[in-house]
Formats: sequence, C-alpha cells, structure tokens
Amino acid sequence: MNTELIGVIATFAITVLLAIPLGKYIAKVFNNEKTILDFIAPVERFIFRICGIDTSKEMNWKQHLMALLTINMLWFVYAFVLLYTQGSLFLNPDGNPSMTSDLTFNTAISFLVNCNLQDYSGETGATYLTQLFVFNFLMFVSAATGIAALVVVFNAMRDKVTDKLGNFFVIFTKTITRILLPLSIVIAVLLVFNGTPASFHGKDSIITMQGDTVQVSRGPAAGMIAIKHLGTNGGGWFGANSAHPLENPNYFTNMLEMVVQVLIPIAMIFALGFYIKRKKFSYVIFGVMTIGMLTLLIPTMMAEMNGNPAITAMGIDQHSGATEGKEVRFGAAASGYWSIVTTIISTGSVNSMHDSSMPLSGNMQLLGMMVNSFYGGCGVGILNYYIFIIIAVFISGLMVGRTPEFLGRKIEAREMKIATLIALLHPFIILVGTAISSFTLVHYPNADWAVKPSTWLNNPGYHGFSEMLYQYTSCAANNGSGFEGLGDNNVFWNVTTGFVLILGRYLPIIGPLAIAGILAKKKYIPESAGTLRTDTGTFGLMTYAVIMIIAALAFFPALVLGPIAEYFSLYHH
Amino acid sequence: MSKSTNKSLFQKELVTEALKQSFVKLHPKAMVKNPVMFCVEIGTLVMLIVTVSILITKDNSQGSLGYNLFVLIVLFLTILFANFAEAIAEARGKAQAESLRKTREETPAKKVFPVGELRVDEIKVVSSSELVKGDIFICETGDIIPTDGEIIEGLATIDESAITGESAPVIRESGGDKSSVTGGTKVLSDKIKVRVTTEPGESFLDKMIALVEGASRQKTPNEIALTILLAAFTLVFIIVCVTLKPFADYANTPITIAALISLFVCLIPTTIGGLLSAIGIAGMDRALRANVITKSGKAVETAGDIDVLLLDKTGTITIGNRKATHFYPSKGVDEKHFIKCTILSSMSDDTPEGKSIIELAGLNPLSYVIQNPRFIKFTAETRSSGIDFENTRIRKGASDAIRNLSEKAGYIFPIDTEESVRAISSKGGTPLVVSENEKVIGVIELQDIIKTGIRERFERLRKMGIKTVMVTGDNPLTAKFIAEAAGVDDFIAEAKPEDKMNYIKKEQAAGKLVAMMGDGTNDAPALAQADVGVAMNSGTQAAKEAGNMVDLDNDPTKLIEIVEIGKQLLITRGTLTTFSIANDVAKYFAIVPALFIASIPALQGLNIMNLHSPESAILSAVIFNAIIIPILIPLALRGVEYKPIGASALLRRNLLIYGFGGIVLPFIGIKLIDLGIGIFF
Repeated sequence: MNTELIGVIATFAITVLLAIPLGKYIAKVFNNEKTILDFIAPVERFIFRICGIDTSKEMNWKQHLMALLTINMLWFVYAFVLLYTQGSLFLNPDGNPSMTSDLTFNTAISFLVNCNLQDYSGETGATYLTQLFVFNFLMFVSAATGIAALVVVFNAMRDKVTDKLGNFFVIFTKTITRILLPLSIVIAVLLVFNGTPASFHGKDSIITMQGDTVQVSRGPAAGMIAIKHLGTNGGGWFGANSAHPLENPNYFTNMLEMVVQVLIPIAMIFALGFYIKRKKFSYVIFGVMTIGMLTLLIPTMMAEMNGNPAITAMGIDQHSGATEGKEVRFGAAASGYWSIVTTIISTGSVNSMHDSSMPLSGNMQLLGMMVNSFYGGCGVGILNYYIFIIIAVFISGLMVGRTPEFLGRKIEAREMKIATLIALLHPFIILVGTAISSFTLVHYPNADWAVKPSTWLNNPGYHGFSEMLYQYTSCAANNGSGFEGLGDNNVFWNVTTGFVLILGRYLPIIGPLAIAGILAKKKYIPESAGTLRTDTGTFGLMTYAVIMIIAALAFFPALVLGPIAEYFSLYHH
Repeated sequence: MSKSTNKSLFQKELVTEALKQSFVKLHPKAMVKNPVMFCVEIGTLVMLIVTVSILITKDNSQGSLGYNLFVLIVLFLTILFANFAEAIAEARGKAQAESLRKTREETPAKKVFPVGELRVDEIKVVSSSELVKGDIFICETGDIIPTDGEIIEGLATIDESAITGESAPVIRESGGDKSSVTGGTKVLSDKIKVRVTTEPGESFLDKMIALVEGASRQKTPNEIALTILLAAFTLVFIIVCVTLKPFADYANTPITIAALISLFVCLIPTTIGGLLSAIGIAGMDRALRANVITKSGKAVETAGDIDVLLLDKTGTITIGNRKATHFYPSKGVDEKHFIKCTILSSMSDDTPEGKSIIELAGLNPLSYVIQNPRFIKFTAETRSSGIDFENTRIRKGASDAIRNLSEKAGYIFPIDTEESVRAISSKGGTPLVVSENEKVIGVIELQDIIKTGIRERFERLRKMGIKTVMVTGDNPLTAKFIAEAAGVDDFIAEAKPEDKMNYIKKEQAAGKLVAMMGDGTNDAPALAQADVGVAMNSGTQAAKEAGNMVDLDNDPTKLIEIVEIGKQLLITRGTLTTFSIANDVAKYFAIVPALFIASIPALQGLNIMNLHSPESAILSAVIFNAIIIPILIPLALRGVEYKPIGASALLRRNLLIYGFGGIVLPFIGIKLIDLGIGIFF
C-alpha cells in the first residue's frame, strides 16, 4: 500500500489509541476519582481560595450559563484593550503596530470563541505580548469553556431528577490544570525538539541557498502551537499557520499536530461513556462520527491523490497528486487528511492552502464545517451532536410508537423549540451572511469603501463564491480556517464575521445546556422493551441520516453554485 | 351499532362533504393553524399575481403563461388535497359519532315534578333536550331512555344493543355498580326512576363529536412538538430559497418566481404538514370504531406510552366466574351434612359462584325446611356470606376470613382442611371454607377458567414493553397459579380497592405510565389516578367521570386495543415525517439543476434523473409533491401498522420502508411524471 496512506491510517490509529485512556482519565478527573495528577490539587485549592470560589456550591443550568458568559465577557474586554494598544506596549521587538478597531473587534472575538479566524498575519500584526497573553491565554480558556460546558451536560445526563449540575468554576479550573496545561507542556517540548522556536528574540536574518538575505520572524511559538491544536483553536503564530516550516517542521510534527488536534474531541466521546456509565452509547457516537469523517475524507483524499485533470491534460505527471498549495514534506494524502480533520473539528489550522484544494475537497471541507459535529471542537462538538440526537430521538421515538424520550426523559415541545432553533441557526447565519456579501458584491461593486467589494475576491466565478461561503461557514463553525484569497481584513468582513462568530459560538452552547438542564429536572422513566434505545447501530444510522439530511438539504443549493459547479466544470465539459 | 371497520374509507356522501369543506378551509384564519400549508397558500397567492400579470402584460420573462398557470394549478391542488385529508377524517369521525347520537335525539321523557311531600309527584312528558342535570324521570317497559343518568329507584332489564351492539339484555339497578343508564337504550321490562347526570349537549358523545369537529380540538403536546419541528424545517427552506436569489444574481442566473416558489413548496414538509391533523383525528376515530369514547386526543396518545396495565382477573383473564368443582368435608364431618350446609349458605347467594355450588350439589335448597332464616350478605370487610337460622350460623368465605372467625371462637383450624386449602390454591383454584357455628367443617373448591388466547395477548403486550398486572381478590397462592397460567407479569392478590390505588401510585412514582379499566364507584379514585383510565359504559357515573375513556362494549380486554391505537397514531406521524423529509433529496436533484442549467451547462451532471427540460423537471417535482398527499390519505386514516417486535427492530423496519423508501420513491415518481409532462414542456 502507498506509504502516504499508511501514514494517514497510522495517525488516526494512534489518535484513537491515545484517546481511550485519555477519555478514562478525563472521566476520573470530573468524577473526583484518584488520578496521577492529584499533586496539583493544592494549586487548585489556592486558586479557589484567592478567587473566593465555594467549591461545594452546586449550580443549576442557568447559573452555569451565567458564570460562563460573564467570564467570557471579561476576557473580551481584556483582549480588546491589549490588541488595540499593543503597538505601544512592551514585548514588541519587531515594532508591530496596534490593530485597527474593526480588526481588534474581529480578532478579540475570534480568539475568545475558539475560532481563531486571523484577518491579520502573526509576523506583522501581533506582538509577543498579545501572542502570549491574549492569543495563547484565550486558546486555553476558550477550549476549557467548551469542555466545561460539555461536562455540565454530562452531569445532566448522568444525574436523575436534579438541578444541581456541579460548580462551573471548579470544572473550568480543573479542565485547565488537569488536562490542557499538562498535555500542552508535553507537546510543546516535543515541538521544540523538532525545531519550533521558543525564544523572545526578534527577527533573525539568514542567507538562503540562492544567496538572498531574508528576515525570518520567530518568537516563543512552541507553547502556542501546542495549545492551538490541543484546544482545537487553530490560530497560528505565523501567518502561514502549520504550513510554515517553523510551526510544523517535519512529518513527525505534522503527525503530532494531527493527532493532538483530534485527541480531546475523541477523548471526550469516550469520557462520556465512562462518566455516565453508558459505554455502548459513546461507542455508537464514536462510530457515527467516524463514518461521518470517512464520508468526507475518502472522496477528498481520492481527489487530492489523483491530481488535477486539467494539469494531467497538459501532459504533466501527477503521481504525487495535486500539489498546488501543498507542502512537499507532507504530501497530498496527509494534506488531504489534515484539511478534513481541521474542518470537521473546529481547529482551522492548515498545513496546505484550502483555496488550492480540488473542488471536491473544498466541498467536503465546507460540509465538514456545515455539519460541525463529526468529533467537532473541544466540548462543543458533542454539544452540537447533542442537538442532532434530540431531533433524531424525536423522529425515531415516534416511529416506534412512543412519545419520544432520551435517557429516560420525555422530549417535549420546549426542548424541541430549543433544539430546532439551534439547528436552524447554523444555516441561517451562513446563508444570510453569504447572501449579504453576494448582494453587496453584485449590486455595489464600487461602493466607496476603503476596500471596494469588487476587489474582495481573488478568483472570479464559482471559486469566488466558495471563498465567501467558506468565510462565513468557517466563522459560524468557529473553525477559523480560510479559503485564502478573500480580502477579509476590512470593515465589512471584520464586522459581519464578528457577529457570525458570536452567534455561532454562544447559542450552540446555551441551547444544549438548556435542554440538558431542563431534561435533568424531569421525571425519570425507566427503560422497557418498548423504549427506543439510543445505544444501537440503528439509532446511530438515524442520527447520521438526520445530520446529513439537515446539513445537505440546507446547504445543497449554495454548494451547487460553489464547489459542485466547479467540480462539474472541471470534470464534465 | 356494529363495528364498521370494513366500510370503505371513502363513502360517497362523506367525500362530497369533505370536498366542500376543502374549499371552506382555504380561509387564511383556518390555514394559519397549519404553518406548513399556510406557507403553500401564500406561495399560491404569489403565483396567482404572477400569472395574472403575465396575462395582462404579455411579458414572458417569467416563463410562458401556460407554464406559470400550470404551476399555479398544481400548488392550489396541493392545498386542496391537504384540506381534503383533514376534512375526510373529520367527516368520518363525525359520521361515526352522529350515528351514535341519532339514537338519542328528541325522545320523549317522563319527567317527575315533585309537588310537596304529601301529594304524589306529578309526571309530565317533555322532550329529552329539556332535561337538565339533576332532573328526575321515570322509564317503563318499552321506553327509550332519554339521556344519561343514574338509577335512584328500581331495577330493569335494558337493551343496550343500540350502543354496544350486544343483543343480550342487561340488568341495571339502583345502588350498586350497575346503576348507570345511557341515553338511547331501551327498557325491556320493569320500571326505574333515574336522575339525569349530564347537561344537554355535554354527554360523553357530545364531547367526542366536538372533539372530532375541531371546535374544541386541541393539539396534543406531541403534535405541538412535531409542529415546531415542521415549522423549523419550513423556516430553513425559507432561508434557503430567499438567499438563493442573491446567490443566483452572483452567478448571473436569473431564477423565475415560479421556479423559486416551486422549490420552496417542494422542500417544506407538505406531505406530513398536510396529513398531520388527519392523522390525529383518525386516531380518535379508530378509537370510536373500537367503541371507545375518548375524552381527549391526548388520552389516545398517552395510551401508546403505557408501561403498566392493571387488569381485573374476572372477566378479563378468566371467563366470567369461578365454578364449584369439589367438596372437601373436614375429617369427622359427614359429607351429606357438609353439602347441606353449603347449600343452605348459598340459598340467597345470587353470585355465579353461589349458584354453581347448588348446581354441583344437585339438590334443591327448598327441600330443606328451616325456620326464620336470616341471610348474611357478602361484604368486602367480612369477606364471607352465609345464613343464620334457629341456633345455627353457617358462613362460607375466604379461608383467612373464616379462620379468623373460627379461631376467635376458640376452635382450631383442622389440619386436613388446611391441606386441602393449600392443595386447591396451588392448583389455581379458590378454596371457600365453610363453618358451622364458627367451627370449620370443610372446604369447597372453586376453579377459574382462563380465557383462550389470552396468553398470546399478554405475550404481545410484553413485546411492546408493557407490564401486565392482574388484580384479584384471591389469595396469593391462587393468584400466583393463575398469573403463571395466563402469563401476566405481576399480580395483586387479596386486593382491596385501595390496593389498586397504591399500586398505581407506586408505579407512577417510579416514572411509569399506568392504564387500568374499572366499573365500580370504588374504582373511581384509581381511574382518576391512572394515566389512562377506561371506564366501562355499564359502570357507575362516578367511574365514567373519573376515567378519560369510556368503553361502550364493557370489554375488559379493550385496553390492549387502545394501546395499539395510541402507538399506531404516533408511528403514523413519525413515519410520514420521515418520508416527507426523505423525499426532499430527490426533489433537490430535480429542481436545483433545473434552476441553474441554463447558465451553468456543466450542472447537467447533477441531472441524474435525466429529466426532459428545466420546466418539465420543476413541474414533475411539484406534481409529485401534490399527488403524494391524496395517495397517502388512506395510510393516514388507517394508520401505519404496529408490530410488537421490539423498539430497535421496529425502527429499523420503518426506517427502511419510510426513510429509504422515501428517498427512492420520488426519484421514480418524478421521472415517470416527467416522461408524461416532457411531451408538453
């Protein structure tokens, strides 16, 4: 078999093998069982004491949300102030300027919501201070926010007839001290050994083999690159993200970064099974999500490895696949795998330029973000999937002749209202955003703005449409990758995507948390032979169908005008 | 009235009425209750404006007049079909209820006017509609009972065939559990005095008719939740279709209004949206056809969720009554003397058990000459009955009751009788211990006969996930034997009325939904407590008020049917929703290439059905979308069959038929329609 393929399969296998014990460990952490990292406990107690957190005080779902949203709001203000003034602050050896107000708005939100859409470039747009104390900091807390929200939902699934769902601050703190921080340290050390910089010096100047003198940006990057993947953040230290040789020096670091970004999303699925003591349920979820990933991955890898027919027609050998926009040290297969992994979970880091992917791959990358729940981001992936479970439970519950129930609680009008609202939100913000930009572009191409709409797109036609669609999809999914080529650092894009980012982040957290909280308080109905089981392959198939039909149905026309039209133009003349 | 399940779904007069109603229901005020179809109505109005403007301006930029007119007609038909589905369901339900009501309208009533304590009450004949709650009327041989009521004086044989279809007359008398009479039934003999228990227009039947007619029909919680889901799907497609316009502008592709509206109407779940209320009405109608009057649609739905079923042993699990099969006199007691005592104690015992004892003895009780007999009636407290004469007191009853009596008087319970009692019980029989002057003299064996086929029915219930509980006054040993023989999961032995109540509360506390059937006044609290309480029509008014369904046939096994009707109702909703949404895949493949093919010829690759032209593709999709509604009306009215094969297997089956089938069928249907339409467009 092709060694490139073996590399991809090995990467995935290692991920799963690591995720199972990690899932067990995560379940233990939140169950307050003994773990090897218990020596951190005094540090945590110290944090709780100085923050005045009463660890014994349990919260209901509304209090959890209040806590979550309040600390997020504080971080936004903090990030906004630092980014807006970074030019005149310390730790700025390269003398980079402060951000404009619209870019600050977009960037602060983008890192706050775990998206890391970067309308700036790290080398010139940020300082070491903001890279470390804004971006790096937000990467930890935003990932922890998602995981903590999910653990609250775990509590709601496990405990019967209660509104006490643990203490948010305790869950949040432990997520960082017991999971994110220790793992990040290990990963950062591995990256440093492979050549990723971790220094506070400014640009270095080197002479290339061609004899040119080049200024190379560096900085304390290794730590950020570790958490950017571990926390499914995706924001690169350098503009070129993980295609940059200092962010991702070799095939080993490429494998490491691919493993690490999927690690927590998969581990959380297993943690669910261990934590609520329904292992089969979590295996079914893992199965559905994996099949979902393969649905997107296989066509992508085939398209990338087969190369571009237009180039073949020119008589050029393409045995190494479509290489435009790819790093030779990773190859077509690993780049294809990365592009799907990074879009189905919400990392959004890239090791190749998605703009240069084959049309079918672009379609699959878009679909990955439109679905946004095949593994999905840290914590939030399962929260998104939870909404689809509720809808699947409702329809299939009816099909077996019982009013629908999930884990022993009846699903009624109120829960359906929330679930459908959240399911609606995603197509709404993506399609409406793309519609507004298309409308502006067509009807006001020469509007008197700093960047005229007519100059937004790098490519005309279907591909240009895909660039706009991709940008909103990436924001709504809190992904952060870009179909580069779109001129996105201007008021229109910074502001519209900023709002899409907020909606796409917080409502999908609030919705599942509210449903889980409401269900936890309901009467518990023990299972009988007539109860629809949610831990069977049949129910998994149902969930898969619901996800694919909702995503495919809502986005089909948009995809047809973008990547699908491009695909048919390329292959069927 | 006999069951009429065999009648055709579409009787001529019902269809005529339903057609009329289909147009009446076009009123926006009525349509707005159904958000999905309301959207179709708005779309149709827009198409009307477009078509008229083409007619006036002769501007063909929106497509030809014929094409637009065709789309308009198909959309209009879509709404009519949906309205027709609801109307035909209503018409059928109404017809069913009316045929019941006809029997009770405007019958003369002999109303009693009290005129003081000294003189005799005056009786005047009034119309039944003038009777109000609390009025008193009398009925004599040959009279039709004018309205529902409760006998306060007298006893009569009554022909209830008009209501139940059962030709054998029944006896109704004051005081007991059989004191209730129903309007429309006929007194065959004797005279009764009856107090009216319902206001005119408020009898169960009136309530049921109102429920079917829609005036008081409320959406059930499940229907509301489903409507929310359907509304969400509708909203998604509003977003999809509205944003498609700027997308198309970007792609330089003009989209006609007809195409956009067609896409929208095809994508929103019109199939389930159009059939949803028909499914609900048909559920109540099916209950009515099973001769069950439901007080709300929710009760039928809840029946599908039942976890625990409480069934009385007598009449449900065993055939009517026990029969005496053996006499076992105690050691040292003369058999003839024992038999004499049993006969004497059963002289005034009108229960079938009592009669069967005399039958078994084969002697006429009147052949014994006794002085000043005093009969002791059975009560739930003493749990024994008997006779006192001269210095003799004979009692027969449950073994522990007689044991108490005997031991209190200082006697020891004979060992051989104790053994007989145990032997009888372990065989599933009921021991009836007899005492003479408090001394135990022997035991009579009564045997139950389990109904044929009941075991299979319980097996079916078990597969549905429903636990069956037998309620009986028998001792635990007997109860256990019968429970095992009949295949019930649990039993309540030596049940007192409050035991039922406690059992229901206990199960409900564990989160279960409980159904029970009852007839007596002492059942009323339990009927009210149960999630589904089915009162027998022959039962007391109190029982009927307490339950949420009334069974006109007085058939205790009816609960099983009701559970299946409830499940069918939910399954029909679920499967048609799945079908409706699955259909969208094919419709997309028909319409989306048609929208863009003119400006992006490469998209011919998406036209996998190879449809003739963009116009024919769009028309085929909307036609399919419209005609699938009337095609599915019979399924909506009859309900999708329920099979007790376990939830996962059932899901697999329905997912295959309605999910996978829902994806494949429209591909075939649209292609076939296109073959026809393609000739013209």
